[in-house]
Amino acid sequence: MELVFFYLFAAGIVGASLLMVTRANVIHAALSLVLAFLFMAGLFVLAGAEFLAGVQILIYAGGIMVLYLFSIMLMNVGVAVRLRQWHRQSALALAAALLLAAEVWVVLGRGGYPAAQAWSWRLGQTPGNVEALGQVLYTKFLFPFEVASVLLLAAMIGAIVLAKRQITR
Amino acid sequence: MEIAAEAVIALVKIAVVLGVVSLVVAYLTYLERKIIAHIQQRLGPMRVGWHGLLQPIADGVKLFLKEDIIPDKADKVVFVIAPIMVLVPAFVEYSVLPFSSTFYITQVNIGIFFILAVSSLGVFGIVMAGWASNSKYSLLGALRSAAQMLSYEIFLGFSLIGPLMLAGSLNMQKIVEAQSDVWFVFYQPLAFVVFFIAALAETNRVPFDLPEAETELVAGFHTEYSGMKFAFFFLAEYANIMVTSSVAVTLFFGGWKGISWIPLPGFVWYALKLGAIIFVFIWLRATLPRYRYDQLMRLGWKFMFPLVMANIFLTGLVKYLFL
Repeated sequence: MELVFFYLFAAGIVGASLLMVTRANVIHAALSLVLAFLFMAGLFVLAGAEFLAGVQILIYAGGIMVLYLFSIMLMNVGVAVRLRQWHRQSALALAAALLLAAEVWVVLGRGGYPAAQAWSWRLGQTPGNVEALGQVLYTKFLFPFEVASVLLLAAMIGAIVLAKRQITR
Repeated sequence: MEIAAEAVIALVKIAVVLGVVSLVVAYLTYLERKIIAHIQQRLGPMRVGWHGLLQPIADGVKLFLKEDIIPDKADKVVFVIAPIMVLVPAFVEYSVLPFSSTFYITQVNIGIFFILAVSSLGVFGIVMAGWASNSKYSLLGALRSAAQMLSYEIFLGFSLIGPLMLAGSLNMQKIVEAQSDVWFVFYQPLAFVVFFIAALAETNRVPFDLPEAETELVAGFHTEYSGMKFAFFFLAEYANIMVTSSVAVTLFFGGWKGISWIPLPGFVWYALKLGAIIFVFIWLRATLPRYRYDQLMRLGWKFMFPLVMANIFLTGLVKYLFL
């Protein structure tokens, strides 16, 4: 049953991602990306990481992508549609993609990550995803967690300074 | 066999919830018209049925039969998907609401977080509708709406952290259980006020109905929509009001728990509390004027944001010192 859903979501991700790179209209591409994010959230749920699935939808789909759309809508989309979508780099891109695929194949052929497999929980046996995540974040990974938040704060202040050209007293 | 039986039970529950919610949502439009009419000393709908009781059904039939116009210059695919994108998240959220101690579709560990996440998708439908219509009014309405909903989502989420700290769980049923003695609204009055204001903004209701400010933007993001597609936006608005009111009932007013010496079933208590909160939603529409855009943003970021932060800090302090 889980396998059926896994392939369903995986096919969804691949399909939506293909749509995203092939659409000439930027808005259509952005909406396809949202679809891919939703399918990804489904994969997280299958892996027993419900909290991550929620974060995926709330932050990526519901937050970041809305801001993307917001800025795209203010541009003139008509120009982008008329532009040529294929460049002469396609042979190079294909070679790079094949190289990457080969690398992934080799890594997965070695049995993936044993540590990750040891951690995986079955559906319904999760001891409480939020609690587990909270405990790990505030004990083992407290320092990286704080560093990340300071980094985000710095980015936020930087954005405000850039956006507000004159700072009046 | 067992899986099949479970699936059937789940489907029946979903059908019941969907049916009841659709009916209630249709009658919310009637309720809104009636309440506002009486506040303004009018009678409201009176023609169809006794005191206009069949009005929502007549409206529904009318919207079904109306011609469905898609503007020539519109982006057809996105234009058609947009109303669906608004309505589906609104209905999906009902899947984790506990209507009584035994009646709910499902309970997930991240219950309230699930509702927040899914409700953040509703804004897509609005943005898509505004852009696909290829009309200036629609686009402006959609842009306003996106900015407003993104900002107020933050306060909505943060205002819920206080009660969640007291409950110690994101599971809706456990949150209700945690309020057996005292409703959280008495412990967290500040959080409730912020939550309610943010909920008004999140559902695009007066005094925060700028996305569809009819005096400046015709009808905002759904200017170009007609027939059943328009009805979808309308239904989604009321479905969202019901969801946010349900969250308020569950998190602040003890959910399906009532006064112990009055023997009423859980879902009756739930419906009573829900009705009271929805009434306030409608009442405010008849009372308050609309906010200006800069006022809306100032209220949010400069007033409500520090307030919720202080509330989280205080809750943590009190919990650490006394509980």
